[in-house]
Amino acid sequence: MYEYTEFDRAFLAERNAQFRAQVERRISGALTEEEFRPLRLMNGLYLQLHAYMLRVAIPYGTLNSAQMRQLALLADRWDKGYGHFTTRQNIQYNWPRLRDVPDMLDALAEVGLHAIQTSGNTIRNVTADHFAGAAADEVADPRPYAELIRQWSTDHPEFQFLGRKFKIAITGAEADRAVIRAHDIGLQITEQDGTRGFRVVVGGGLGRTPMIGQVIRDHLPEADLLPYLEAILSVYNLLGRRDNKYKARIKIMVHEHGIDEVRALVEDRFARIRPTFTGHDRQVLQDIARHFAPPAFDRAPTDAFDAGYAADPVFRSWADTNVAPHKAPGYGIVSISLKAHGATPGDATAEQMRVMADLARTYAHDELRISHEQNVILPHVHKAHLPAIHATLKAHGLATANIGLISDIIACPGMDYCALATARSIPIAQEIAMRFEDLKIEHDIGPLKIKISGCINACGHHHVGHIGILGLDRAGVENYQITLGGDATETAALGERAGPGFSAEEIVPAIERLVHAYLDLRETPEETFLQTWRRLGLAPFKAALYPAQAVAAE
Amino acid sequence: MSRPFSPKVVTASDLLEGDVIYLAADDTWVRDLAQAEVLTDEADADLRLLLAQSQPHRVVGAYLGDVRPGPDGIEPAHFREAFRRRGPSNYAHGKQEAYADV
Ligand code: HEM
Ligand code: SF4
Repeated sequence: MYEYTEFDRAFLAERNAQFRAQVERRISGALTEEEFRPLRLMNGLYLQLHAYMLRVAIPYGTLNSAQMRQLALLADRWDKGYGHFTTRQNIQYNWPRLRDVPDMLDALAEVGLHAIQTSGNTIRNVTADHFAGAAADEVADPRPYAELIRQWSTDHPEFQFLGRKFKIAITGAEADRAVIRAHDIGLQITEQDGTRGFRVVVGGGLGRTPMIGQVIRDHLPEADLLPYLEAILSVYNLLGRRDNKYKARIKIMVHEHGIDEVRALVEDRFARIRPTFTGHDRQVLQDIARHFAPPAFDRAPTDAFDAGYAADPVFRSWADTNVAPHKAPGYGIVSISLKAHGATPGDATAEQMRVMADLARTYAHDELRISHEQNVILPHVHKAHLPAIHATLKAHGLATANIGLISDIIACPGMDYCALATARSIPIAQEIAMRFEDLKIEHDIGPLKIKISGCINACGHHHVGHIGILGLDRAGVENYQITLGGDATETAALGERAGPGFSAEEIVPAIERLVHAYLDLRETPEETFLQTWRRLGLAPFKAALYPAQAVAAE
Repeated sequence: MSRPFSPKVVTASDLLEGDVIYLAADDTWVRDLAQAEVLTDEADADLRLLLAQSQPHRVVGAYLGDVRPGPDGIEPAHFREAFRRRGPSNYAHGKQEAYADV
């Protein structure tokens, strides 16, 4: 794992001292809110509906056990004993006091964590495949590149005042678990004729104008990564619109100018920038890569796993649903669900964080990941340890066997916390999970991704949910709009609006009708919801959602 | 004819705590909507808002929130204000926690 250098530590200490002084000046009245707001946002501090909120970056989703324990300590000491993991591989604390935030940042710095560039019109926390370095289907670990990008973009003078926020995601596998096509820039490590490079996707994004990113370069030589990114950023910095906040994302620029014109401008700029990169970045990358060397994998027998698998149906179900193939023999990747039925998606108590940290240290080469699906991953687990891990998780409400199923819902904080929300999302997620748990059909339904946002900013990724739910305010009442057929993976697609929205009371029954329609419509139990949707389109689902209208139209 | 003025309260976030506060008739800030001053006159409401905005060392983001009479005194006119008055729905945190303590 990446370890901070002296320079990194000094930078962070200075940055925290600066912010401490800024908080003092705000409290003394020397700074107005207008002056203070951009400063606090640069340090991840928001003011929400009921309290301040501190957003802490978990770069490319990777943590060690000491860092996870420190996150637990913050939750206990300065918050209400829990934290909320988000789709952007951040953790959010919902209840800090203004005076405590500098202490929280210092505590984070002790373990090399920070909240810098988790907000504002900068290059945000670079997100990565949460199975990075472990997945069986991976070309290469994307995290060294993510760390390189982080070092290049953090405090980069040219990119502190972009037209708008800028998000980069990276994956090393063809199967896209990092939603790279919904980011300003998406990177996929590829191999062509034995040479490593990147497929570069640009102009994706969700929010009020959702767009799927387009390929700007199919195979960028690996050594050209930073100059090429810099070329994209500087074209965007010059050409991107600044007249209207809603049109300032790079996706609008790509949409308005077309990918071919943007590509030509970027290539032109790239040709001029490339010679200024004389190899220092290559040296840095080599140093970084050393920190991401794979752990020394055990070559132990898997008898304990086989015995548990044969004997215990609860363990078997969990192992089938929550454990993914690992590249090393005898190993698996464990997804710990933070979606117990009825719980708040993405929330973990301080105690649960410590339990997960201990498991990582004892059984999993001291590594944890946060997924954009708001779950926690133990990326390197020898299968022999799975029964013991499962037993511990079970004792702490962390053994729900629902990864990728209907109750594994992404939900943004919505109007329970967020000042921008137009409706709540969390209770809808809780009710859907409870309803399908009661029906006991979620394993029969199979892979189905529900994603819920509490306003058009789309933090809950609803556009790319197989079923997307968007909470709106219709004349002072919460109203929920359904989109269908969205896809966040390498076959990315935006969902299609199904029709008029539903009230808070109607939305869960509507989802239930939709799912029953799918169960009736699928050709085989193996045909997934998304496949059925792609085969049949909107009509049969619409009929299920709006039975009264269907009758009226006859 | 001008539109009738719907009743308002001045509300904001506390600078240090970040929680929801309301302006009372005696110029103090209170945490319970029931103790807030209800403003029924537009000019008066604007003046009270100006007073709030002149206290940047105490409050953040002051604005006028709509209220209406209810069975137990005034209540928020919009669900967003109702959540601000109560706290989130997934845990008994925020103001509902304070009430649970008494
Ligand atoms: C609670 C405070 C939050 C605020 C004030 C906030 C604000 C916003 C805004 C204004 C946008 C729209 C940006 C645009 O279209 O230009 C946005 C997008 C987004 N936010 Fe948040 N957000 C919050 C929480 C979250 C959380 C909790 C997550 C993760 C669960 C998240 C992840 C995202 C993502 C993934 C997008 C859409 C992707 C894109 O930028 O195109 N945000 N957010
Ligand atoms: S989608 Fe809207 S409600 Fe949800 S967190 Fe983002 S800004 Fe807030």
